[in-house]
Order: sequence, then C-alpha cells, then structure tokens
Amino acid sequence: MKSIKNKVAIVGIGLSGFSKDCKKTELRMACEAIKDALDDAGLTPRDIDGMIKQTDDSADEHAITSAMGMPNLTFYGETRWAGAPCGMVMQAATGVAAGACHTAVIYRAVNGGSGLRSTPSMRSSGQLSTADLLHWAFHSPFGLMTEQGAVAMLAERYMYEYDIKKDQFGPITVTCRQNGAKNPNSAYFKKPITMKDYKESKMVTDPLRALDCYEKFDAAAAFIVTTPERAKYLNHPPVMILGAAQGSVPETENMCGYYRDDVTGLPEMAVMGKRLFKMAGVKPKDIKFAQLDDAYTPLVPMQLEALGFCKKGKGVNFCGDGKKIKAGGRLPVNTAGGSLGEGHIHGMNHVIEAVHQIRGTATLQVKNAKIGLVATGAGGPAGGLILGR
Amino acid sequence: MEYVKGVPLLRPYIDYDNQEFWLAHREEKLVFQKCTYCGKIIHRPKPMCPACLSTDMEWIESTGLGTIYSWTTFVYDRAAYPGIRVPYIVVLVEMSEGVRLVSNIEDVTSEEMYIGMPVEVFFDKVSDDLTLPKFRKRKVKK
Amino acid sequence: MTVNYNKNEMIPAPVVDPDSKAFWDAVQNQELVFQKCGDCGRLRHPPRPVCPKCRSLNIEWEPSSGKGTIYSKTIYRKSPHPGMKAPFTVVLVELDEGLKLISNMVDIKNDDIKIGMQVEVVFDNLTDDLNLPKFRKVD
Repeated sequence: MKSIKNKVAIVGIGLSGFSKDCKKTELRMACEAIKDALDDAGLTPRDIDGMIKQTDDSADEHAITSAMGMPNLTFYGETRWAGAPCGMVMQAATGVAAGACHTAVIYRAVNGGSGLRSTPSMRSSGQLSTADLLHWAFHSPFGLMTEQGAVAMLAERYMYEYDIKKDQFGPITVTCRQNGAKNPNSAYFKKPITMKDYKESKMVTDPLRALDCYEKFDAAAAFIVTTPERAKYLNHPPVMILGAAQGSVPETENMCGYYRDDVTGLPEMAVMGKRLFKMAGVKPKDIKFAQLDDAYTPLVPMQLEALGFCKKGKGVNFCGDGKKIKAGGRLPVNTAGGSLGEGHIHGMNHVIEAVHQIRGTATLQVKNAKIGLVATGAGGPAGGLILGR
Repeated sequence: MEYVKGVPLLRPYIDYDNQEFWLAHREEKLVFQKCTYCGKIIHRPKPMCPACLSTDMEWIESTGLGTIYSWTTFVYDRAAYPGIRVPYIVVLVEMSEGVRLVSNIEDVTSEEMYIGMPVEVFFDKVSDDLTLPKFRKRKVKK
Repeated sequence: MTVNYNKNEMIPAPVVDPDSKAFWDAVQNQELVFQKCGDCGRLRHPPRPVCPKCRSLNIEWEPSSGKGTIYSKTIYRKSPHPGMKAPFTVVLVELDEGLKLISNMVDIKNDDIKIGMQVEVVFDNLTDDLNLPKFRKVD
C-alpha cells in the first residue's frame, strides 16, 4: 500500500493557555494560535496554502484568511468528532503528500470554558446529523444526554467484566495531574493531586468521579505541516509523520457504542491502531511515549488494550499505581498532563506534546523519545498518529 | 427606509472583535479599527491585522465621508427580509479612510443612484436600543 | 420509580424520524418491537434503513419478548435536564433476543440496580402522547 509515511513533517505548533473565560472570540483565539505556530516554524501567512478545520469550530477558513491576510489558500478540508486532531493532521498530510498543497495549517479554537460557542452537537446548518439523531432519539428520553454518562455506562460494564475495583482508575488522573503540575502552560501548574484527593472527589455519574472527567476551558491550538524538503529550512528539526489513521466501526457513536455484543472497549481505536502501526511499520514495543485520550480516565486503559500495549482487560493493571505510565516508566503517558492534567482542547494539546517530545523540548522530557504515539477520540470515531524523527 | 412593525429587527452579532464598532453608533459615531503597530485601517473588524498580524488595535473616528462604490435595490419582498418595506437600496460605500462599508442610503431613488456619488453618514435610530449608520447624498463644493 | 420527572418542565421526548417511526408508534401502543430484516431475518436496534448483514432494504417489525438482563448502568448524580430530577439511573438492557436498549428502571432504588439482574419491559405513561419503554425487576 502506498502511504504518507515519511512524506510530511510537522514543523510548527501553537498552543494558548487554558482559561475559564479568556474574553476573546474563537476567531481571535484561532488566529493567535496559528500565528504562534507560524512563528514557531519560521513561516508567514503567505506560505500557507492548505487549511484543515474541525467541522464544529465557529472560526472558519475564510474568516481566518481575511483576518490573517492569507492570499494563497488553495486546499481546505475538515473532519469532526473527538478523533479530529489526528484526523485533521492526516488530512493535511494527505494534501501535502499528494501535492495538492505545500504547507497546511490545522487549528481548533473552542470557548469551552466561557460557553460562548454554539451547541456542539448541532452542525453549522443547525440540523442534527444522522448519527446525532440516533443518539438523541434513543438515549435522551432516558436521561442519557451527556458524554460523561455515556462513558460511565461503558466503564461500569468494563469494571464488571474484568473485575476492576472502585477507585482503580484513580492513578491515571493522579499521574496526569502530577505531570501537568510541572508544566507551566497547564491549568493545573503546581497543583498536583493524590489518591486521597481522588477518593474524596464527588461521584458525578457512577462509577465516574469528578476527577475522572476533564474540565472545560477556553483554549486554542494549531499545527503546521509541510514537505521534508521545505522543513530543512525552518526553525526546528522536522517531526515526521510515520503513520496516521482514523477509525470507525459499526455502532460507533460519539463516546459510546452500545449496540454491539461487547461493550467493554474501543473497537474503533483498535481498527485505527491496526492501520496506524502497519503504516508506520512499528510495533507497540517500539513506542517510547503515548499521548492518549484522557477526557475520562477509563478510556486510557481501554486504549492501551485496543492499541496492543497490553491484553484485553489488562489495561488497568498496566496503569497500576501509575509507575509504568509515569515519565521514566515503561510507557510514559500524557507527559504534559493531557486533558486531565494540562487542560482540555479536545486532544490538540496531545499532538503538541508529542511534537515537543520528539523535538526534545518537553518539560518532562522522555529519554530517547525518537518515536511516539498520539491517540485522540477514544470513545468515538478515533484518530491516531505515530510521529518520529 | 421603512421598517415593518411587528417583524423582529435583524440585529448585529456583537462579539469581542467588533463591539467597539457597534457600540459607537449609540453615540452617533462611526469608528474603524486601526492597527496600532502598522497603522492599517481595517473594516470589517478583525481580531488580527491582516497586514502585520498584530492584535493591538485602536479605534479611530471616521470623517463619515465617502463615495458609492456599488449599490443594489431590493424590489421583491420575497427575496428580501420581510422586516423592511421594499423597495430599498443597499450601498457599498468607499470611505475616505479607504475601507468599504455596507449600509443603506436614504432620500435617493434608484433612478438617481450612480457609482461615484458622494455620500455622508448619518445615524438612524431604528429602535430604542439599535442605531445604525446610514448614508445621504452629499453636496460637493465646486 | 427511579426517574422522578419535573412536570413543570419539558420532558425530553424522542426525536422521531422515518426510520424510527414504527418503533415509537408501537411504544405509544404499549408494544416493544424491533426492526427485522425482511430478507435474512436479522434483528437490529436502533432502527436503520439498511440491514448491516445482507444490505437489504426490506424491513419488518418483530414484537420483543420484553425480557432481558441489565448489561450496564450509570447513576446521574446531577441532572443533565431540567425535566428529570437527579439522582436517577440509566440502564443498558440486553434483551433475550440479543439486542441492547437504553432505558430506565421503575419501582427500584438506584443502589439496588445490579448488572445481570433479570428485567421485563413496562410502559411509563409520561403524558397523554408520550409512553416510554422502561424495565422492572423480575423476581
């Protein structure tokens, strides 16, 4: 199979802080993140000829090209759902690898904290998509109308099936918060938590405690991808895209998938992972760090299983007391904190931290971090990247 | 221009990027965004200067003087918004500051309209809480 | 009841589309029915226009046994909707036909609902034109 392996590099990254109310429009946040990514790379708006947006974002292509004076945009695309950060990188990369564009920007800007944005499940047309419609028809009348509840339902059966005890997801959020506490850009900088804090955290949708779930923030992020040839002349050593994939299977829904035989894992992540590892030509044991979707703690062990880092049902054992997934462990996870320990911008910050690790500029730098994995959108259509030098 | 009573007014969408523009109308002022760094005058309001990417913006009061760059007349009520009685004229004004603005023109029929017509701003208090900048034909001293 | 509704507020009603209309019409008549492929006979839920097994567009509707077991559950400690009072439990029921359905339980305390518990369908008459299929513990 022809693939995009080693044909495209991530050369620029931009990430805002995490605020509960930044008093800026999503358009402004997007422009600032893109400018940061351009400055990071050593490029100008004139260099950008490709742009990929997340479907739900309010800041759209032409508003950004007007605000930033981008006269050469000739390729644009979009994707949605929780796996979008990696999916958008893949779309941009396919554009670059195919020669449809030369240098593309990927961005997200979300007023999640101040809540100024429109209803996320509405498409820009104001119409519900068919997948949303199924969800609203068969779940909402029974009160199942939040992501939190959707994941809780999955987690409850997962715990039952694999004999996972109460509070065993705790070390995941504790590890993310300890990592984030060392990251100056984190909303939780210098605010680590312990298992005691976790156990005292209130139950929100059983079996999930408040500390199992991400908080909402205003935040924005952007990345720039280009050809390896152009990357040579830019500010940083290129971070090569070795593999990229999205994943969806029958009965995949946003954060759940109840109408299949087994509701204890993430088959969309498994189908994504299979393609991802094949494209990159590597195995889970070759991966030096992983930035995993930690919007909700149970998703982390389920991803470790789906991606082949451990056997089905052994993800919680793998996370254990946090030793293996800490910086310095067998597989450091979410080294900047992720959604639970840095802040939630829908997995965009996970890609940025992976770039930092490969460049060698991370706050919690993993030794010999020459190849790493990013997974976003665990419990919904998934997205993944394998990045390397 | 005649608004139809009972039909809700269309209101501007005010956000952090454009609020100075809209709020100035209450004081009967037409203002434009100016990049503090490179001096570029910008309309419509933007979060970032498209010339130099600065986010430092100030607001300058317009002379209110301009010329008609283009225009159109809305004649068919089904094609237009029902809250405004047809026919009405929408103009694209080129302001003396060099930016363009969409607005309406009053006291002029479409037969009298022409590109290049000198115009000046006035403020139309459409309702208690909505004032809009509109234009009239301007006499030019020879 | 495990769900107490706030009758002064709108109750979240199902969004019905042409694919799901027969399901909800049956529920209003206090019947639980599932989509069945008119060619290969495979049962499916939620309703969709195509059979995922044989890709047939022919659809029949089969009455459900109404009997099943609790497959999973979650308790909402804070209500996501003003029409429903927290805490309440959402259950995922696995019916004897092998299909799964999201629902609520009646006549049981939240903490007494267990995975594996045997249940049967009942119809909760919320308003004149809204019934919802819910479940009751079978002894």
